[in-house]
Amino acid sequence: MGEKQLLKDIVNQEYKEGFVTSIRQDLIPKGLNEEIIRIISAKKNEPQWLLDFRLDSFRKWQKMTAPKWGHLSRLPDIDFQDIIYYAAPIRDEDRPDHIDPALEETFEKLGIPVREREILAGVKPKNFETIGLDGEEHSTEGVAVDAVFDSVSVSTTFRKTLAEKGIIFCSFGEAVQNHPELVRKYLASVVPNNDNFYAALNSAVFSDGSFCYIPKGVKCPMDLSSYFRINAAGTGQFERTLIIADEGSSVSYMEGCTAPMRDENQLHAAVVEIIVEKDARVRYSTVQNWYPGDAEGKGGIFNLVTKRGICKEGAHLSWTQVETGSAITWKYPSTILKGDNSTSEFYSVALTNHYQQADTGTKMIHIGANTRSRIISKGISAGHSENSYRGMVRMLPGARNARNFTECDSLLIGGKCGAHTFPFIKSSCPSAIVEHEASTSKISEDQLFYCNQRGLSPEEATGIIVNGYAKEVLSRLPMEFAVEAQKLLSVNLEGSIG
Amino acid sequence: MTPLLEIKNLTVGIAGKEILKDLNLSIAAGEIHAIMGPNAAGKSTLAAVLTGRPDYQVFSGSIIYKGRNLLEMKPEERAWAGIFMSFQYPIEIPGVSITALMKAAVNAKLKAASKDELTPGEFLKLMKEKMALLKMRSDFAKREVNVGFSGGEKKRSEIFQMAMLDPTLSILDETDSGLDVDALKIVADGVNTLRSNEKSTLIITHYKRLLELIKPDVVHVLRDGRIIATGGFEIVDKIENEGYDSINE
Repeated sequence: MGEKQLLKDIVNQEYKEGFVTSIRQDLIPKGLNEEIIRIISAKKNEPQWLLDFRLDSFRKWQKMTAPKWGHLSRLPDIDFQDIIYYAAPIRDEDRPDHIDPALEETFEKLGIPVREREILAGVKPKNFETIGLDGEEHSTEGVAVDAVFDSVSVSTTFRKTLAEKGIIFCSFGEAVQNHPELVRKYLASVVPNNDNFYAALNSAVFSDGSFCYIPKGVKCPMDLSSYFRINAAGTGQFERTLIIADEGSSVSYMEGCTAPMRDENQLHAAVVEIIVEKDARVRYSTVQNWYPGDAEGKGGIFNLVTKRGICKEGAHLSWTQVETGSAITWKYPSTILKGDNSTSEFYSVALTNHYQQADTGTKMIHIGANTRSRIISKGISAGHSENSYRGMVRMLPGARNARNFTECDSLLIGGKCGAHTFPFIKSSCPSAIVEHEASTSKISEDQLFYCNQRGLSPEEATGIIVNGYAKEVLSRLPMEFAVEAQKLLSVNLEGSIG
Repeated sequence: MTPLLEIKNLTVGIAGKEILKDLNLSIAAGEIHAIMGPNAAGKSTLAAVLTGRPDYQVFSGSIIYKGRNLLEMKPEERAWAGIFMSFQYPIEIPGVSITALMKAAVNAKLKAASKDELTPGEFLKLMKEKMALLKMRSDFAKREVNVGFSGGEKKRSEIFQMAMLDPTLSILDETDSGLDVDALKIVADGVNTLRSNEKSTLIITHYKRLLELIKPDVVHVLRDGRIIATGGFEIVDKIENEGYDSINE
């Protein structure tokens, strides 16, 4: 076996989510036109207004061009006619609520409970008690999960428990059927359908995603999470998620994603909109682990995502993201601080290895008075990868006494990778204060040797040092996510040492 | 009986320059040896070559530890085989708690010996036990490794880590420098408590004060990369009273 093959095997072994589920699929023909959009809409039994929205988005998208400003030299011109826009596992007509065992097995393998039995039976999954990087012991409560497989949601757990509090947590498709008034009111209210090229595309062809509504004054009793899985070859996933936290409510929402290993690139173009009403609080956490491609940069997901929230008076929106996967990441979770005294934070760790490229950051748009935002970005580059932070802080004339603090740190591993920072700051309000700090560092030989002397291999040593570097961000994640994220950071660095 | 550690005719350097010259040293199981010497004698180079620090070149000679060729082992393999060094200048690892580092270290050693890793409960029990032994403050476990530590705290932390990892051969590289009297006593108590018939210690120091508390079995004087004298505690007294120049080959 050649060295290259050996290396490939090792890398492939590392991405343990890279398997394919064999299942009967409902696939529509390749390509994108109005007919395809009508097919998708019909499959989802959508009302006319939603089909009109899709068609309007499509017509706008046709007049747009793909953005080229990202520091992403490996993102090619995508042939949008060469993609299948809808793929769904075929359901048993007689038993519509039945979950296909192959799907259940898939999510089980991924560690995602699609049934409530584990927690109902009072049994905690084995690895849920653990010691964090901070030295604290942690254990976790139940989590409600919406599991999305290719273009459809497979199951959503704990709905009844949540419904007792008036909380709606279901797939986007179900929300369209059961709560059309809410969907119609909020859809595209934060990300208009012509916002950008990929958002317009998503608005035309979106498949499934999660919908959640927290009523006034309700504190969501458990974390909500969505798990996105791409399985079918030749397809794209166009997730659409809508989160509405009504006045004075609060919720913590998490999102995770994986895909099989393939030599071809696959597209994931999502739109997430979050509405945080007066005095409400939303915590949105992502651990993005789409297949990153192999050690030579072959294959992997193109992750081109628009996520944005709006904060009304006194509202709070917190973004935490750990980005370790995808061949290409183009993603800027942003907040419009519209209401006075609203606050937002963006905590990000982006790790790139081999030939991965990430251009990610945030936008904080301060409109209201006394608004506050905080941005902490930690980039880690290894191999031949390129890792860019791109951020915008905008202080509009009404943002009296608003404040932003930004800290961007880059860590380089090896001499062939790149780290870049592109901050844009524009203030039209004299009383607003914007602070920006940046640093670039390398893992020192002394740190590595110190850990080696304690018995850690160079890989383990790098893993623990990188996790320490990212701790400020990781500590913001809900615990079960933090453990997963720590493992991911270490695993995705393998092959970057020596 | 075969010694635990046997260094024969070792010549070591850095960037082509010889630092240790034809050095011989043998440490039996259960013994505590002290190496004294003036600045630039090669004391820290000896510690570095024993732990496998990169950059140091071995020109000739051999080191046999537990019957194995130590020079062929990676730094982490030496740690798994029971070699521990208390660093002269402990390194900061921001964001990583002592607990996290120790958990990784203890489990790496168990894994290397094909043993089961400790459960979180077992591990925390071990932490508490060793923290009590070394009178560490309760917040110590959560502190980031060496970040914001005073000189004395760093050295105590090193001895705590030594207690956690239960080494066969401990190398204390100038652990006494920068310690006040109280900290020195805690460090010495720690070393003395861990003393046993199977465990050996190599203390590298300039001064008598730590040796008075630990009482080494054998004392060596290292100068210009060579051991110029070997004996008992009387050498320590002589150096303290008359200086290194009074020791002749």
